[in-house]
Amino acid sequence: MNIDSIKNGIVIDHIAAGNGMRLYQLLGLDALSCSVAIIKNVPSRKMGKKDIIKIDSKIELDLDVIGYVDPGATINIIQDNLLVEKRTVPMPEQLTNVIRCKNPRCITSTEQDLDHIFKLTDKEHKIYRCIYCETKAN
Amino acid sequence: MRNLINIMDLSVEEIEELISLADDIIADPQKYQDACRHKILATLFFEPSTRTRLSFESAMLSLGGNVLGFSEAASSSASKGESVADTVAVVSGYADIIAMRHPKEGAPLVASAHATVPIINAGDGGHYHPTQTLTDLLTIYHEKGRFSNLTIGLCGDLKFGRTVHSLIGAMSRYAGIRFVLISPEELKLPSFVKQEYIKAKGIEYIQSESLEEVIGDLDLLYMTRVQKERFFNEEDYLRLKDFYILTEEKMKLAKKDMCVLHPLPRVNEISTAIDSDPRACYFKQAHFGRYIRMALILKLLEVQV
Repeated sequence: MNIDSIKNGIVIDHIAAGNGMRLYQLLGLDALSCSVAIIKNVPSRKMGKKDIIKIDSKIELDLDVIGYVDPGATINIIQDNLLVEKRTVPMPEQLTNVIRCKNPRCITSTEQDLDHIFKLTDKEHKIYRCIYCETKAN
Repeated sequence: MRNLINIMDLSVEEIEELISLADDIIADPQKYQDACRHKILATLFFEPSTRTRLSFESAMLSLGGNVLGFSEAASSSASKGESVADTVAVVSGYADIIAMRHPKEGAPLVASAHATVPIINAGDGGHYHPTQTLTDLLTIYHEKGRFSNLTIGLCGDLKFGRTVHSLIGAMSRYAGIRFVLISPEELKLPSFVKQEYIKAKGIEYIQSESLEEVIGDLDLLYMTRVQKERFFNEEDYLRLKDFYILTEEKMKLAKKDMCVLHPLPRVNEISTAIDSDPRACYFKQAHFGRYIRMALILKLLEVQV
């Protein structure tokens, strides 16, 4: 399967298979007018299978989202057909308005203007909790 | 400015300081009767409460201060849709300190970010209730003379019982503590409390559905009410409300010096026949609530006597 290489843009590689679509949604890539490709279940020597997202434009990415969904993903910045930057993003200590608290007893369920803030409370098990009610993010 | 949102906001040393101050107030209340003269406590109770609100008010009045506030959301501007943030920003201009109860978890944390006076969490949903824990600690100290080397049974609603969560957090910082968690499957302790305060600290604990089987091991038995207001489903409440009832027969299985605590109000989980048992400490506990809240108000307002 071939997807055209991009001249100026971003390739998010080494996404664990299955995380690509979630990353696409949380990064809000559906709102972009440029070409965006999600390639799922690409054979990978290291990972077995992986997902890749190619964005045909140099946009500002919310790195916290990538670190939260898949800290193993690599971000490749392409400029004039050349790879000019390659990096990974660590799990962020805090997430603001990336995910929403689903606890109906949480103050965020009634106060609409509040930011939904989650803190990383257990790095080993990748557990984030709402700062208000301490409910675990799913 | 300091707030009290979670009991863990206070260090072990600060808790000891508060207990020592409360003891001094108990010994000589007249010494403190004008300590907060011209100071105002606002009690913002978005959810009904008798004991907590009255004990806060009694505490401030006993310090020579004044109180204002409301006792249910319907009589506040929350009924008009005002946010917690706006309410406390306004009340900060009318009072020197705010005690707040709210049915939504995390509301006092939101309040603390928008108030310009200290905020005391007087209970937020099924989350935390730090001043009840201070009351519990003062009672434990008076009854047992120590916080270490105690086997503590917590019985009833461990899931929504905010007083249970706060007490476990506070007691987990002392040596030789053993927890016995007694609840039906549906009302077991939430994993975040168990993980953070018990497992992460390597504290010994057991879980049991039977109070009779474990009561003989306990130094303290903390009974709780199954709270109707925490259930979305009436059927679940009716099924679980009578799961544990502490009776004279069960008390015969307990140690001679076991201490029975309850944050009150009780419904039927402790038989009234036990009230005259010297091991029943819950009314004494309620009275201690006033003195520890006096100590807390003094500390947060930085009043020296």
